[in-house]
Amino acid sequence: MADAAADRSLIPRLSTLARFTFVDVILWCLRIGVTVVVVGGTIGTLIKGRYALDQWFDLVMFGLTLGSVYALIALGYTMVYGVLRLINFAHGDIMMTGAFSGYFIAASFDRSGFLESSAIIAMLGILAVAVTTSTTIAVLTERLAYRPFRHVRGFAPLICAIGVSFFLEQTFRGIFGSSIRSYPDPKWLGGAYVFGGFRIPSVDVLVIGSAIVAMIVLYLIVQRTKMGTAMRAVSEDTDAAAMMGIDVNKVVVFTFALGGAMAGIAGVFYAFVFKQVYFYMGFTPGIKAFGAAVLGGIGSIPGAMLGGFFLGLVESVGPALFLDGIGITAPYQLRDLIAFTLLIMVLIFRPHGILGERMAKKRA
Amino acid sequence: MTTETMPRRIRRKRAGPLPMRSALLTGFTFGIVGVYLAAVGILLMIHGRAIIVGVLSVGQAALLAIGLIAGAVIARRERSLPAGQTLLHSAVAGGIAGAILGLLVLLMAAIDVRDIFIALSPQLLEMLTFGLDVAIVVPILVVAGAVLGVLGALLAIAPPAMRRPVLVGFFAVIVCGVFQELIQIMLQFTTGDQENPGLLTQIMSFFGGLVDGLREAIYDWEGLTLEGAIAVFVVAAGASVLRARSTRVQAATSGEVWQSRNGRIAKVAIAVLLVVLFPVLAGSYIGQVLMLVGLYTLMGMGLNLEVGLAGLLDLGFVAFFAVGAYTTALLTADSPHALAAYSSIPSMSFWVAMPISVLVSVVVGVLFGIPVLGVRGDYLAVATMGLGEIVRVIVQSDAAAPLLAGANGILQIPKPKIGSMELADPVALFFLTLVCAGIAAYCAWRLERSRLGRAWMAVRDDEDVAQALGINLVKVKLLAYGLGAAFAGLSGSIFAVMLTSIYPSSFQLLVSINVLALIIVGGMGSLPGVIVGSLALVGLPELLREFGEYRYLVYGAALIVMMRIRPEGLWPSATRRRELHDAAGDLETLEAVAPVAAPEASPPGQ
Repeated sequence: MADAAADRSLIPRLSTLARFTFVDVILWCLRIGVTVVVVGGTIGTLIKGRYALDQWFDLVMFGLTLGSVYALIALGYTMVYGVLRLINFAHGDIMMTGAFSGYFIAASFDRSGFLESSAIIAMLGILAVAVTTSTTIAVLTERLAYRPFRHVRGFAPLICAIGVSFFLEQTFRGIFGSSIRSYPDPKWLGGAYVFGGFRIPSVDVLVIGSAIVAMIVLYLIVQRTKMGTAMRAVSEDTDAAAMMGIDVNKVVVFTFALGGAMAGIAGVFYAFVFKQVYFYMGFTPGIKAFGAAVLGGIGSIPGAMLGGFFLGLVESVGPALFLDGIGITAPYQLRDLIAFTLLIMVLIFRPHGILGERMAKKRA
Repeated sequence: MTTETMPRRIRRKRAGPLPMRSALLTGFTFGIVGVYLAAVGILLMIHGRAIIVGVLSVGQAALLAIGLIAGAVIARRERSLPAGQTLLHSAVAGGIAGAILGLLVLLMAAIDVRDIFIALSPQLLEMLTFGLDVAIVVPILVVAGAVLGVLGALLAIAPPAMRRPVLVGFFAVIVCGVFQELIQIMLQFTTGDQENPGLLTQIMSFFGGLVDGLREAIYDWEGLTLEGAIAVFVVAAGASVLRARSTRVQAATSGEVWQSRNGRIAKVAIAVLLVVLFPVLAGSYIGQVLMLVGLYTLMGMGLNLEVGLAGLLDLGFVAFFAVGAYTTALLTADSPHALAAYSSIPSMSFWVAMPISVLVSVVVGVLFGIPVLGVRGDYLAVATMGLGEIVRVIVQSDAAAPLLAGANGILQIPKPKIGSMELADPVALFFLTLVCAGIAAYCAWRLERSRLGRAWMAVRDDEDVAQALGINLVKVKLLAYGLGAAFAGLSGSIFAVMLTSIYPSSFQLLVSINVLALIIVGGMGSLPGVIVGSLALVGLPELLREFGEYRYLVYGAALIVMMRIRPEGLWPSATRRRELHDAAGDLETLEAVAPVAAPEASPPGQ
């Protein structure tokens, strides 16, 4: 009897092994390889002990700063995807438009000394201009480029979105020039707060703090206002929402506007962290933030925030933690490699992300 | 949505104040387009290229076109309204467009905004004002816009028999003017070699003299003369009239058999002859341009297998191109990074390295495809793009520098040799590309009609159904990646010997987008479409050299516009056309047939 029971349990196991194709072998190799690099690198780095505790702390802080910017951008991807099932490929470039328009105000404030003397009003002014620009462009993009594809299936919407991305980049290049412009660097941004031996740069405090405020505001808008409720309804089921009397067009415009506003804020902060703006700056953070949105579970707003912070941390700590340990030269050049690997691993192995079960079920 | 749009559509038909409003909107749109062209800097840039020397530049022509097209658009839209009303609306639209440009002029004259808008320079102001005073220019712009609007509308209303010669004439003048350098070089090809007078050369020089005389009649050193332009216009318009008449006669008299078989063979023969002779006559610069077109055509055919046939949107395509180029470089180069320098692998000639590069690309393509097998749709695009970026980051990094030379690139790649002859000349390399592209095109053409090609199309149309029909998705998809990669690898291999040195900066995502744009403009899944696309997107910007800066702007715009108005591309495959115009197709064929079938019976437009 016992033999028979063992037999019965063994047969399915064997049959799953039989269905194990070479593709699975390679995918498992990929998983194991990445795990080995991560674990081995971490152990190697920790044994070498090249980095002191406060260096790790700096890396983490930088990661959180970067992560909050990614989170802000990822929100735009996730909301648009939730409502339209469209990857707004141009979203990174919408962030760039915010950063660029903020630059001109920031530069003029800097010249007149206003940025130094009354920091808060100046920052609000810069943010207001950036948000206005990026929101306008996001809404215009939706109206002119995406709306005609609302009910088209296949690649057409995505290809159009790629076109929009290039169009925006090259338009800004044509209008404002292709040179890299350096963002103003006011004195109050160069300082740091010290907490028990750890030094926190004020840029990080500013960026993380403001990003969290922006995200809370967004969350309240989405959860508490009528428009936010409509947005969630459309993202749940567009047709049913339309039948309940929700104006889908209005909701879509609202979604793009919200996403654009977040991208504008993200753009200004990204520029304040990296101290420069140029027409191509939106592309890479855009793709990475999309990865963050998928990682968190696309369509989920808390997921996008979580994914953004996670991606920022991995990207900042990763080169030192994983790659230095296995003896790779100049690991910081491979920061993007880590981000893209994470993106691909998520897309391959967990396309529904951390918080995306609901969406995943619907996509299936 | 429907409830909202329906009443509006009904009201529009009743023709109240709405056509006026739409005319205002159209004028506004075209004015904004003009301002956009000015602000981006295109207007001033194309102002530098003359169509007719001292009379008309491309920039001015673009401004004229804005007014004309605005009028034509209105006339097209209001076909049902009486002509007088239409003309009024067109005038309003053109006038508004002119007024908006006038506002730009006023703004530029009043304040200097060059700190922010670098393109709004004094030269642009001078171009827009024709050197006149600003106060006079604004009303002139408005009036000119209105007049152009009316002209455009008249042109749109006019019967095709009148419209076509005019359009053909203008088109001919523009082509002769814009490409004057190229045409002049080609028309003077015999004047140089007077030294060895054989019979052939004498005949050639006779024709050369004839051709040269022709050139001198319409061109001076800088470009088309006014008389030349008028002559070109008259000849082209006349030819168009004659051709319309002769086709009508031919359609009535000649049988269809001659048309379909001999005619096609003759056409193909002429096309082949032209492709072979053209670069020889036009010189090495054209050879270079055509070579690039050939390389992109190769890549386009590869991506076409993946996207057009198998429906796998791959944005990391440049990775295969890079693999082909780097493999060839590592195998053949005379540099410390070449494999021969530190391993027992001997340094090879290009002819051995090329097939190896293709093979390596296939292997990389399959390896590239395996992880993303289960990823579908939009996610696949992003995943492949990520993979492509990973390849670039690795190639560029210092970590891989001992193997791949990092940002310094691999130098001193020898040119291919046949016997003792080195293929160093761009024209010779172009022929190499042409032969490779020809073989590749044959393979692609056979693949498309093979069992595998049909399996790809089944997967493209519905993966689940295809699997249910017994298609092995894994095999079919990996073959798509592998074979697509083979084309790109071949292209990369030739690219490496063309430049004789390769740098990671040549393998950016832009290349993938470039290839994607060209197959979309040409027509997805269509082989001739790939060639048309690469001629339009790679060849044209290369010929209009100053335009290079704006080519990616044009790519972006082309992707959007093509997806909106002609998703099947310029030269679509037959299946694709049918798919995309399933319902509308019947109507369209009717419309297309109508003017051919009954041109005499009833003049259209009345």
